[in-house]
Amino acid sequence: MSISVKNISKSFKTVNAVKDVSFEVKEGELFGLIGPDGAGKTTIFRILTTLLFADKGTATVAGFDVIEDYKEIRNNVGYMPGRFSLYQDLTVEENLTFFATIFGTTIEENYDLIKDIYVQIEPFKKRRAGQLSGGMKQKLALSCALIHKPKVLFLDEPTTGVDPVSRKEFWEMLKRLQQKGITILVSTPYMDEAALCDRIALIQDGKILQIDDPQEIVKHFPTTIYDIKADNIYKLLLALKEYKHSYSVYPFGEFVHYTDKRDAIDTKELTLFLKDKGLNNIIIQPTETTIEDTFMELAK
Amino acid sequence: MNTILYIIQKEFRQIFRNKGMLPIIFILPLLQLLILSNAATFEIKNIKFSYIDNDKTSLSRVLIEKFDASTYFHVMTDFPSIKAANVAMSKGEVDVILEIPRNFERDLSNQKDTDLSITINAIDGAAAGVQSVYINQIVQSFNKKVKVSLLPPSDAINIPKDIVTIPSFWYNNTLNYKTFMVPGILVLLVTMITLFLSGMNIVREKEIGTLEQMNVTPIKKYQFIIGKLFPFWIIGFVLLTIGLIIAKVVFNTPMIGSLGLIYFYTAIYLLVILGMGLFISNFTDTQQQAMFIAWFFIVIFILMSGLFTPIESMPYWAQILTEFNPIKYFVEIMRMVMLKGSSFIDILPLLIKTIIYAVIMNGLAVWSYKKTN
Repeated sequence: MSISVKNISKSFKTVNAVKDVSFEVKEGELFGLIGPDGAGKTTIFRILTTLLFADKGTATVAGFDVIEDYKEIRNNVGYMPGRFSLYQDLTVEENLTFFATIFGTTIEENYDLIKDIYVQIEPFKKRRAGQLSGGMKQKLALSCALIHKPKVLFLDEPTTGVDPVSRKEFWEMLKRLQQKGITILVSTPYMDEAALCDRIALIQDGKILQIDDPQEIVKHFPTTIYDIKADNIYKLLLALKEYKHSYSVYPFGEFVHYTDKRDAIDTKELTLFLKDKGLNNIIIQPTETTIEDTFMELAK
Repeated sequence: MNTILYIIQKEFRQIFRNKGMLPIIFILPLLQLLILSNAATFEIKNIKFSYIDNDKTSLSRVLIEKFDASTYFHVMTDFPSIKAANVAMSKGEVDVILEIPRNFERDLSNQKDTDLSITINAIDGAAAGVQSVYINQIVQSFNKKVKVSLLPPSDAINIPKDIVTIPSFWYNNTLNYKTFMVPGILVLLVTMITLFLSGMNIVREKEIGTLEQMNVTPIKKYQFIIGKLFPFWIIGFVLLTIGLIIAKVVFNTPMIGSLGLIYFYTAIYLLVILGMGLFISNFTDTQQQAMFIAWFFIVIFILMSGLFTPIESMPYWAQILTEFNPIKYFVEIMRMVMLKGSSFIDILPLLIKTIIYAVIMNGLAVWSYKKTN
């Protein structure tokens, strides 16, 4: 096991940030911690990267205990905090050289590992990190986290605040890194990114709701979800909530995701009901369950 | 070793790239040295002097002329009555009122006692004290003259000789306040800048999040601390050097003792200050907090350093508190070495105290610096 977390709890003054969390990450796995802001993702990261002591429970990273062997862990993991935390007043190249030196290595030594990522920012290597765009900052931070060839890579919300194209590129980079044998633990509030992980843990309020691979998690969803659309989404939401067979209703992109208490819905009846409520251009169609649907169901 | 050198290199890069900080580090302190040393003087000049001459004789005019001749007094008004003079004093137009009584000359010629009435504006107590001394000096010298000129020659032989004290001011024989102030103000500036900068520096890494990134690296505590603080140690020396050059060139401050000794002491003294800076930054989360705490201590240190008010005149408990004031030691050493030419042996007791201070301060700072919470 590359990462093993057993019954970890951590509370800050009045908040129980993490409650009895356990999970394991296999070697070479891309594991996602999926949950909204404030779910406890960052706290778990900080415990695993030896920045924080857990109140209860044990954890090992790359075979090292997070408390007893913290020095070994610091040599073997790469950590990219959620907030950009490189030196903004140093250039791209200086930042990378600095972190290489701190880890007792050089850029040349591990260049093959970061090459894919670094070539994209190399044209700007004389530019100060503070003047890079969001996507480039991300690439630089990833390069810095990888420069010492870590066994385990921790990425805390790496794509928050990054544009969709850069996000997609970023995940492609992660896939390639995974092929090089690096275990990756990544957290994200974006449910669509969860499908890209090998396995995910859905987390809310410091508790893990479910751990499985994304396909399995979706399969567990108990019933069919319908995409419903009408000319007035807000009225539609209210109307559906009033509908007597309604089980769950929430907006999802341009549609409203609707589940029924019954196994199958009567489309005609529902259409009539909605028309009665003054809605027009009604579309009702079954849709594929996504991780977000599962999360909404579990978090209920 | 390599790591430390690289951190130092990185720190210097960051310092020199910060276009806002550079002038604050090097230019402002020197401007302060130039301005403060000229402005912070205990000499009181241009005292606004007024008088009421009820006698209007040649003798009373001699007395007034004596005041007029003094560079300290700016004789301005002659008031017809004490009432008018008091009104002017309450308006702040005059600082000193001298009232010469009626029959001043006659009483003195007849060997009678006569009293001069002096009123001093004592809102600034220290200044009033100094003014009173000046006035006494003038009146006394006037007194002597009067005795000689008014007594009949036959009696002149019999007058008892006055005891005259002739003070000799050692180490600063012209009582030049700049000589006295420049070394002290230089100490303040070196201390202030190094404490502020070192206090804010590590907090800054906390603020921008880089400290967290550093903490997950295998970098050792001592490597990080030395790497971070060493540049400020150097900056302290640079400031001292520039300050000493200004002291010599602009103020012509005597430098009797060995400069090497001053540098040697500074090397240890700066460790105390840097340890304090690190200690402050360990207990603060933002540069603002660090700045406020550093400022709080600096103000106490400055006011209790003996630079502006003599330590000997403080209450006993305050005198004990000054033992914890590093600036006090440095001011004393600077004055001892520069003005008195004290040797290593002379400053040894203070040096030992400073070393103990440095060890304790840095011990506390390193102990309270944690990579993990």
